[in-house]
Amino acid sequence: MSLSHAALGELGDAKPAAGAAELERRAMRVRFGLLAPALAILLFAAIGPLFIVLVYSFLTPGPYGGVLWSPSLEGWFRVLFQRDIFDDSINFQDAHLSILWRSVKLSGATTILALIVGFPTAYFIATRPERSRNAWLFLITIPFWTNLLIRTFAIQEVIRNEGLINAVLLKFGLIARPLQLMFTDGAILAGMLYVYLPLMVLPLYASMEKLDFRLIEAGYDLYANRFQVLRRVIIPLVKPGIIAGSILVFIPSLGAYVTPRVLGGGKNMMLGNLIELQFGQGRNWPLGSALSMTLLAIVMAALLVYVRFAAKSDTSGHG
Amino acid sequence: MAEAHASTGRAFSVRRQTGFTTIAILCFITLYLPIATLVVYSFNAGVSIAIWDGFSWRWYHSAWANDQARDAATRSLVIASFAAVIATTVATMAALATTRTRPYRGLTAVYAMINTPLMVPEIVTGVALLIFFAMIKVATGYSGLAYLIAAHSAFCIPFAYLPIRARLESMDLSLERAAADLYATPWMTFRRITLPLLWPGIIAGIMLAFVISLDDVVITELVKSGGQDTLPTYMLGQFRRVMTPEMNAISTVFLAISIALVTVFFFLNRRRT
Repeated sequence: MSLSHAALGELGDAKPAAGAAELERRAMRVRFGLLAPALAILLFAAIGPLFIVLVYSFLTPGPYGGVLWSPSLEGWFRVLFQRDIFDDSINFQDAHLSILWRSVKLSGATTILALIVGFPTAYFIATRPERSRNAWLFLITIPFWTNLLIRTFAIQEVIRNEGLINAVLLKFGLIARPLQLMFTDGAILAGMLYVYLPLMVLPLYASMEKLDFRLIEAGYDLYANRFQVLRRVIIPLVKPGIIAGSILVFIPSLGAYVTPRVLGGGKNMMLGNLIELQFGQGRNWPLGSALSMTLLAIVMAALLVYVRFAAKSDTSGHG
Repeated sequence: MAEAHASTGRAFSVRRQTGFTTIAILCFITLYLPIATLVVYSFNAGVSIAIWDGFSWRWYHSAWANDQARDAATRSLVIASFAAVIATTVATMAALATTRTRPYRGLTAVYAMINTPLMVPEIVTGVALLIFFAMIKVATGYSGLAYLIAAHSAFCIPFAYLPIRARLESMDLSLERAAADLYATPWMTFRRITLPLLWPGIIAGIMLAFVISLDDVVITELVKSGGQDTLPTYMLGQFRRVMTPEMNAISTVFLAISIALVTVFFFLNRRRT
């Protein structure tokens, strides 16, 4: 009897256990079925092709574009270097270096300027009364969702030779002939600042919205002046927003294609334009692939730094 | 706290920072001034985009009569519609599989995959698709719109996924439990309870995906075959030519559509929170 009881008990225990395992397995199948279509599309048209680019970067360029299937490191070599046609000596590829430098320099400058303009703007929105705050936020969101090309076009109309800035300056007699603003690094910088600024303001606002103003009050009570409160209290508190905004501006700036093409013209290329050139007139797909992988690597490095920073400011944060 | 500062004569507020309001107002003006100029000159009677010659609808008529622009606009709308519906459908399914569950193995990898299009620079994705689709084109001989629709669906997925996931996470589980208690099958619970509750998130996702697809320049420019211009790539091609206010008119219509969609999205989103 005691034995059968034990057996029964065992059976009774085993049955729900088996049921739970069966349920778990079914849940897994459902989950997989739900995820499969999204992951399939992403693998097919976003992630998988990246591996082809990696492979292509190690092949030989075909004569009319495309590749020949023989392995070569030439594509990677030519990202930074070139061989002299006469004496085979190896030099830095100056054109590529200057484009790389321009990309990093302009993206960095865009990020810093966006922070200088975006910080006060986000703070302004965050300190509005609850009701009007949404309206201000909406005003920032609209340019964010309107076509980047149209916004670039709009900024072009302002800075071109016959544009608004020159027209006003001429009218007031401040200049004798139109300033050449288009097709300069400055034009690209202004354009990128203009199109990516909302990406700085939105995350900054998100962290300022949660700002505890009692801490700022405490700062004033302890005889801090406005600047000290800003530097010692506000900035440390909204640091996650600063980091997020900077990364959100820096990354698309680095890979920018439209803005430098429209505002920089053919001479002031950035990395994105150089890559496109290799697949267009340049007809050097392996070099283009190696450049793409370089850009991707820089972006991933920036993201890693961000993850590090974000983790750090999470643990050492204000709690 | 609001002690009066004798020196400034203004009430002291702990929230104020010197110069911030000025910069913010200048920032808003700078954001809108170029767009406003663009819109104003679309109504210019003259051929210049700098000298004002009086009001007219002339360039809207000419834009409407421009077959290339109209074709491109139609193509944009077709691609965006397909991409938005496809991306939102698969994103909804993915959101159901990644929310309201205990963390499981591979969940982080799934998140990473869904967010890939947000991290990889567009030019890199564009180049990758150019190579990959060129292979398929050679192999199959097909060179239709499906390539663009596939590319757009893929990069729209994270944008559709975000609002749907947010909606799911803020949803109350008790109604679904009650349905299950009343012997509803999982499918019935989903159709009658989950889906109606999720609907605002899905609409927001579809609209975001639609706007994102409509706006894309870089990937489309690299993936498109001959004669497959969308409105943005058509416009990009026109920058090299002499510009007339017709471009302003096209841009203004485009802007109006985007702003309308974003406005609806904004209010849908706000009602939720």
